[in-house]
Amino acid sequence: MTPVFNHFATCLMVAPLALLPMSLCAQEVLSDTQSIDQAGTFPEYNAKLLLTNAVSAVDGASGGGISNWATIAGRQETRGVGVQAHVTAVLLPDFFYQSHGVALGIADRIELSYARQNFDTQDVGAALGIGQGYMLNQDVFGAKVRLFGDVVYGNTMVPQVAVGAQYKRSLDGAVASAVGAAHDEGVDVTLSATKLLLSHSVLVNTTARLTKANQNGLLGFGSVSDDSYAIQFEGAVAYQFSRRFVLGTEFRTKPDNLGLGEGDWFDVFAAYAPSDNLTVTAAYADLGSIATFTGQRGAFLQAQVAF
Amino acid sequence: MLLTATLSLLLMQQAPSENVDWDAEFGVEEVERDPATGEIPVEPYEQNNENAGAKPFTGDDMAETFGGRDGIRQIAERFVEINFADPRIQGIFAGHDEVRLRRTIFEQFCYILNAGCDYTGRDMKSSHEGLGSRKADLNAIVENLQQAMREQDVPFAAQNRFLSKLAPMSRDVINR
Ligand code: HEM
Repeated sequence: MTPVFNHFATCLMVAPLALLPMSLCAQEVLSDTQSIDQAGTFPEYNAKLLLTNAVSAVDGASGGGISNWATIAGRQETRGVGVQAHVTAVLLPDFFYQSHGVALGIADRIELSYARQNFDTQDVGAALGIGQGYMLNQDVFGAKVRLFGDVVYGNTMVPQVAVGAQYKRSLDGAVASAVGAAHDEGVDVTLSATKLLLSHSVLVNTTARLTKANQNGLLGFGSVSDDSYAIQFEGAVAYQFSRRFVLGTEFRTKPDNLGLGEGDWFDVFAAYAPSDNLTVTAAYADLGSIATFTGQRGAFLQAQVAF
Repeated sequence: MLLTATLSLLLMQQAPSENVDWDAEFGVEEVERDPATGEIPVEPYEQNNENAGAKPFTGDDMAETFGGRDGIRQIAERFVEINFADPRIQGIFAGHDEVRLRRTIFEQFCYILNAGCDYTGRDMKSSHEGLGSRKADLNAIVENLQQAMREQDVPFAAQNRFLSKLAPMSRDVINR
């Protein structure tokens, strides 16, 4: 009762001054008591379904661990802004990889992301003559736009489709050119389609990527002999065991511009959301041969918060 | 000028007499519930199972997994109860007929799960028009339905199978 009374009192005082007809006030009193049919008066909140903001791929975009998906980071839906931040570590026999980043999701339409990648060459650094424990670093700035479709809703046969671009800047241009890379910066373009097939509890993603990157860009882009874009493929399939837990596998092809035996990537991952805002991911990742050091298989670990 | 206008406006506001029926004055209609069903009557519409918005499952599997008609009723009623109590979407449900909703939601679920019911409610588009619902609200509703199904021990894969029938309705139940 009180808010209605207050509102009415305000009207009584304001209406004559503003030359407002009293009937307008009366209507507002009415809408105070009957908030139905009053589009726009309900609280705004962020509420993506658990795990549908996905996790953070190595290059900072929302996706799986190694592949980009059409999902948009953050827990916002069509009317809000959300954020996502992550820390990732990959423990390999001869290397240690660490990355962290943030992503902004706008209206479940646009994603802007940044990730910093740090690749510790450990003993390999000494063997390659760049120095024991030499760190290869890279900044990745990404943008993704959802073109159409919805990962969960809408037509079952229409996936969520997004196009993305990533500007990657290696901070070790000297090493990149020493191994024969043509550039120390490059742009990847991705086109992704993602759908949760609810009737089977299975999520499927496919991505096509145009790239020149060598080992994601950590070894530069293109090579003196081959400086053209190549189209690469990324795929992921995951089974949803509960709202909070999925188990999946990913595959990603990579070019071998430098002739160092760079191969495809593969992983098996488990993602768990203990709360609305936290996702932890653990994976067994096979990253093939890196800088001629073969058999780089190990553990991928990620903690991600999202709002 | 402004002063005269204000004064004349004030003068036009006659003091209301004592026994004014304010509800009638402001167009608030008295809601009369049907004494038999306890529901508020709605505008006439054509009843048709197609109004449910999805083709039912075939076979008895889904109906059994959901605990037959009794289990489905528990889930539907609990679902409606949680929605009316959920602070995120309370404002949208406030003032709507919970009694009718319990019945029509049950019928819809029972029909889609092929548990032997007809759906007698309105279609999804006309019943959700102008509610002001957003995609986040749909997510809230899905979470509430998941909770209701979980409380009845419906396995997660079967929950998702049922949701696969409801998810395509998004274009009709979201307004903005
Ligand atoms: C796929 C998701 C949904 C399904 C299957 C569904 C189903 C239904 C059904 C069967 C009715 C009864 C129609 C009748 O009695 O004639 C109804 C009414 C209603 N629904 Fe939904 N609904 C969905 C999503 C939503 C959403 C997202 C909201 C908003 C938060 C919402 C709010 C309402 C309200 C307020 C009514 C009562 C309308 C009235 O009294 O006129 N529903 N819904």
